[in-house]
Amino acid sequence: MALRSLSGVLAMVLAIGTLSGAGARAADLSLLNVSYDPTRELYKDVNQAFAAQWKAKSGQTVEIKTSHGGSGAQARAVMDGLQADVVTLGLAWDIDVLTQRHLLAADWEGRLPNHSVPYTSTVVFLVRHGNPKHLAGWTDLVRDGVEVITPNPKTSSGGRWSYLAAYTWALHQPGASEASAESYLGKLYKHVPVLDTGARGATNTFVQRGEGDVLLAWEDEALLAAHDVGDGQFDVVYPASSIKAEPPVAWVDSVTDKKRTGAVAQAYLRFLFNHQGQELAAKHHYRPIDPAVFAEHKADFPAIKVYDVASLGGWPAVQAKHFADGGVFDSIYSAGK
Amino acid sequence: MSLRIRATRWLLGSAAWIVAILLLVLPLVSLFGEALRHGLGAALATLDDPDALSAIELSLLVVAICVPVNTVCGIFAAYLLTKYEFSGRGVILVLIELPLSVSPVVAGLVWVLLFGGRGWFGPMLTHNHVQITFALPGILLATLFVTFPFVVRTVMPVLDARGREGEEAATMLGAGFWDIFLRVTLPGIGWALLSGVLLCAARALGEFGAVSVVSGHIPGVTETVPLRIETLYNDYQGVAAFTLAALLALASGLAVGLRGMLEWQHRATGAPRGNAA
Amino acid sequence: MTLASPAPPRPGPLATSFEPVPGRPRHVPPAGPGKGHGPTVIPGYRLSLGITIAWVSLLVLLPLAALAARPWEHGAGWLWHSLTQERALAALRLSFGTAFLAASLCTVAGLLLAWTIARVRPAGWRLLDAIIDLPFALPTAVAGITLATLYGRHGWVGAPLAGAGIKVAYTQAGIMIALVFVGLPFVVRSTLPVLNDLPHELEEAAQTLGARPGQIALRVLLPAILPALVTGFGLAFARGVGEYGSVIFIAGNRPLVSEIAPLLIVIRLQQFDYAGAAAIGLVMLLGAALILVALSLVRALLPAMAGARQPL
Repeated sequence: MALRSLSGVLAMVLAIGTLSGAGARAADLSLLNVSYDPTRELYKDVNQAFAAQWKAKSGQTVEIKTSHGGSGAQARAVMDGLQADVVTLGLAWDIDVLTQRHLLAADWEGRLPNHSVPYTSTVVFLVRHGNPKHLAGWTDLVRDGVEVITPNPKTSSGGRWSYLAAYTWALHQPGASEASAESYLGKLYKHVPVLDTGARGATNTFVQRGEGDVLLAWEDEALLAAHDVGDGQFDVVYPASSIKAEPPVAWVDSVTDKKRTGAVAQAYLRFLFNHQGQELAAKHHYRPIDPAVFAEHKADFPAIKVYDVASLGGWPAVQAKHFADGGVFDSIYSAGK
Repeated sequence: MSLRIRATRWLLGSAAWIVAILLLVLPLVSLFGEALRHGLGAALATLDDPDALSAIELSLLVVAICVPVNTVCGIFAAYLLTKYEFSGRGVILVLIELPLSVSPVVAGLVWVLLFGGRGWFGPMLTHNHVQITFALPGILLATLFVTFPFVVRTVMPVLDARGREGEEAATMLGAGFWDIFLRVTLPGIGWALLSGVLLCAARALGEFGAVSVVSGHIPGVTETVPLRIETLYNDYQGVAAFTLAALLALASGLAVGLRGMLEWQHRATGAPRGNAA
Repeated sequence: MTLASPAPPRPGPLATSFEPVPGRPRHVPPAGPGKGHGPTVIPGYRLSLGITIAWVSLLVLLPLAALAARPWEHGAGWLWHSLTQERALAALRLSFGTAFLAASLCTVAGLLLAWTIARVRPAGWRLLDAIIDLPFALPTAVAGITLATLYGRHGWVGAPLAGAGIKVAYTQAGIMIALVFVGLPFVVRSTLPVLNDLPHELEEAAQTLGARPGQIALRVLLPAILPALVTGFGLAFARGVGEYGSVIFIAGNRPLVSEIAPLLIVIRLQQFDYAGAAAIGLVMLLGAALILVALSLVRALLPAMAGARQPL
């Protein structure tokens, strides 16, 4: 008796599952883009522009939904079965972990131009207007009385890039070693009163709550806050050196095969690399990779010396050394309490 | 009344109000203040957003499915636990109590462990193209879990207080189960049932943590109202976020308030109380 | 478990002690006929048992089994290591510790509110009564954002406090505020009905017998509402341990300092460490269950402790 009702309920749940999985749409095609936190504004424009272009080209209506969150959280969701046609995440490692589950081809980086990175960014300082604490460089951040806002590197790609920007700077100081760079990080994170889980959460803490003196942010996120949200309340400071942040994109074969959306998913991602997509990226403060488009917007993107992850041995090495359980980031906190 | 007692009463009254203002009134005022920052018109205009509307639709659908399931099953469970003696009764009581003290994050996590891509049933589901997590079923299961105890907890004490005599007398007179259940048991629990249902609905409307773990946050598809609020807030659309939040607070406040009124009225008539807070 | 046992002994202490209702009459078979001896004759046993077992199994037992099984997948040694990491211990300590303190604060503030509403009836007490339920009605994330704004350094409450050198938001005090907010109604809603049902005559009698207000509160009121108070405390405590949405916005979330256990679950999930996430979840579940059992034992012992003074 009990068993029968149990299987009955189970059957009902499965039936609802099948129904909702197969729910018909008004659009001919639907794409789900699973993205990271600061791209909210960018992909609103991209989706619209691409849908118009695709309609003109093929006559099909394509409906694109974009989900945002911390890059790691989004990768986790895709791994657990979120049906993403394309992923546009904050760092390559988060897409690499998907290949371990065979959700997409292991050679995904080579399938699109510029190893699948359509725009780059870097980490800059967002400070209160007029820079009252005179924060010009990385050394200023660890002065007494300075509060730094940055997201948790374990959960946020922006947090990871910020961490690496600080680390690579410290590593390239005269007479520096890995140990001295790690000790700088230890000092830096002692000045962090709030570790949000996502980049946007950190921006909100700094911008809306008025917490902290400086926000370590994606350049695009900082410029957005300074120009579009904060309305002259904030200034952007470019430190002496930073990191070359490369947010990659990929289509998820296991999903596009099933949904037969491979063609449109690839076209959507290629759109990011063509002129119109590059212009949109520049408009939303991402550094376009197309030299011609970049030259056009050169004034918006001050020159800054950047190091890259390759100089640290690539993502798998960085991940294992710094962000894995018991890694450098963890030791900062256990040593520094 | 002596001056001292009057002064004490005045002090207590003020203290209670200060606590209530600091903890309860100010958050409410600031919530509505943020929503109405640019006037009522601007606030209402933000509701003209297809994703917000579909979030409202989804939340209502979730309530429409979860509340009846937990209500019907909850009544049967309360009936079972109060009308019969059997071994294992204690175990069932404990299991019914547990979801209340489980973290919402865990309430979402357990369904991922079961039905997620790497869960127990994940591979089987993927093979059969059935989507549970990051789709409606996952949201339903998470909500069912967090709203699980409300009805049974409000109904049980009332059934318990009424004893079994009614049902036993009806049995003796030859009545069948459905006759007894519908005509003897149910009529006596009406108000407690309603109270439990309202609490259950309020919680189903407002659940954030559990649903957030299993939702996937797809605007217009798997975003419930609380998740939509978070998205809007993160999109720098503060007025829209707080307007939706104020709306949600009004809706669940209505449910909770109605329940309070029921309890109040009921107390006046002196019938046994239920409490499922 | 599926057998209707004939003439069973009364359920053990665990069963009766998991009372859903404060002050509910102890489940002692009344002297009336037809109760307590012989299998009950009321029909519908198999049906209601079937439905209940299916419902409980699918929605509670199955998921909790998954939670209980998952942490062991890399072995017991790994599990031990994962749980005894400094960071995990700190998060668990923080969650249980602040929840305990917050529940205690809730008990004091809740008792004040309930007693004032029931006895003093200050101006606007009906409004006060209604507004107590606000935390039930507000989605936790909204509560978190609102509280962080209010108690942040530019907030209506946070700014004056900051002027006095007190920082609330993004410290453990912030966590406490959020937990008191979500826990307060549990205490008020458990105690207020009991206070309302408590006849005024008792206090008046005590007063005419020359008892001072303090004595009345301690000797007459407290024993009567203690079980309800304990229930409210327990519910607020259990809720506080697991609270997530309202806390993360105001906590600061720094490892070892202000990182709560549910957040650590989320973080471990995002690092694809499912076993580690489930391990924390399991410990929290066991902790909460222990709290409930302990409190129900306390409740069961209370009448004996209060002895003949128990007026109800």
